[in-house]
Amino acid sequence: MYETIEYVVANNVCTILLNRPDSLNAFTANMNRELQQAIKQAEKDSNVRCIVIKGAGKGFCSGQDLSTVDKSMDHGEVLTTLYGPMVKQIYNCEKPIIAGVHGAAAGAGFSLALACDFRIMAEKSFFLNAFVHVGLIPDSGNLFFLKQLVGNAKALEISVLGERILPNEALALGLATKVVANETFDEEVALFAEKVANLPTKAISLMKRTLRAADELSFEEFLAYEAQGQRIAGLTKDHREGVQAFTEKRKPIFVGD
Amino acid sequence: MAFEFIETSKQSYIGLVELNRPKQYNALNRTMVREIVEALENFDRDEDIRVIVMSGRGNAFSAGADIDEMAYDDSIKLELLNQFADWDRISLIKKPIIGAVQGFVFGGGFELALSCDMLISAEGTEFCFPEVTLGVMPGAGGTQRLTKLVGRTKALEWIWTGNRIKAKEALQYGIINKIVQREVLMEETLKIASSISNQPPLAIRLIKESVSKAVDYSLYEGMQYERKNFYLLFSSEDQKEGMQAFVEKRKPQFKGQ
Repeated sequence: MYETIEYVVANNVCTILLNRPDSLNAFTANMNRELQQAIKQAEKDSNVRCIVIKGAGKGFCSGQDLSTVDKSMDHGEVLTTLYGPMVKQIYNCEKPIIAGVHGAAAGAGFSLALACDFRIMAEKSFFLNAFVHVGLIPDSGNLFFLKQLVGNAKALEISVLGERILPNEALALGLATKVVANETFDEEVALFAEKVANLPTKAISLMKRTLRAADELSFEEFLAYEAQGQRIAGLTKDHREGVQAFTEKRKPIFVGD
Repeated sequence: MAFEFIETSKQSYIGLVELNRPKQYNALNRTMVREIVEALENFDRDEDIRVIVMSGRGNAFSAGADIDEMAYDDSIKLELLNQFADWDRISLIKKPIIGAVQGFVFGGGFELALSCDMLISAEGTEFCFPEVTLGVMPGAGGTQRLTKLVGRTKALEWIWTGNRIKAKEALQYGIINKIVQREVLMEETLKIASSISNQPPLAIRLIKESVSKAVDYSLYEGMQYERKNFYLLFSSEDQKEGMQAFVEKRKPQFKGQ
């Protein structure tokens, strides 16, 4: 059982709720570990085809709990042992992960949202790369993801100025997948997650893998990699179902295999 | 012949050896090593077989030696048992051995992998020598084979720390030949095995012998050895056929004679 998060699976969607609302879901060592564990659990569970991370209370996540920061803290060590393994678990997860962001996603909370595949923002929400305000650099993979999403210049601007990024700007920058009304936020996130969960999710995994590989491979190597991916996709039930549904002029029912 | 801990089969020119203790991550016990050696020797003598492929069933190639089996052994018992003599017999196999590795390739499992001639690895595979953490060291060739492959500096680092070597790093250091996506590991390995099995078997055999000598001999001795093997191939029908086909601009038909 988890203490700092809630873990629910329904309709093939695993929802992980960061549940420390009194501190705007600030990270503690325990929450780092539990979130990592929860992603691992969801990845293993064959009923889960899509993962959602959300925050309880007024915001998504306010980042590191500053009340635990003191002179003796080795910031590098904290990243190596806690935040690093957590974002690595998310980054390596083959299932689609959605961040449902309402209120603040600040500091490592912003990094967490960036590590996900999709970011759905409520109208009243914002991203904040707050690190500069306490003389630190964005961490937990933040700059790695930001660079990929918005490029070097914008990534540096966001990090140096440390200003709030409101939903519409996030949308324009490509940081947000979509912006939804506050009142319908929970439903919209659930709807989006269920939609994704009913897609051919094995193919989604292969797309994630192939995109990642593109960062590391030469074009020729990439083409060989892509061919392997398509070979794997071509053997799935979902591929056969998709083709069959097309010829029978009906909607396909995908099972994620 | 029926084996208890492995399974063997044939597929055209390819002999397959599959480690079959998936619940124990294919941990190697003494009987199992004996079975592997016997299976390799059987295929080595089998005229229908040109290439041997070794793989592990389940989520790991092999997580190492069966610790329970040796925990209470003493030096004299080990000397008299002389269990590693079985491993020496693997080095005497004349046909190419291609390992298809995935998941954990640890300790004795890593040594078994290093006993192969080529290694095809699934993405995410991890190699390591964790013996040091148990107060011992590799005993079936690990310190020798790894050092000859990657040099003293990295070998010491890896064997001293017991750190895991990720597939990508293993590729950089020449420990493995290729990384493929895990779902197509066997398929891709069999493609490579099949292409080698279509080459002239005698040449393949003497190339293996000569290249292996390069590891142990001085350059001068190695070159003398190579020369004799080169001359030897001119007694084969396949040499006549290969060169005749080249002259006649057609595909050669090799018979292994």
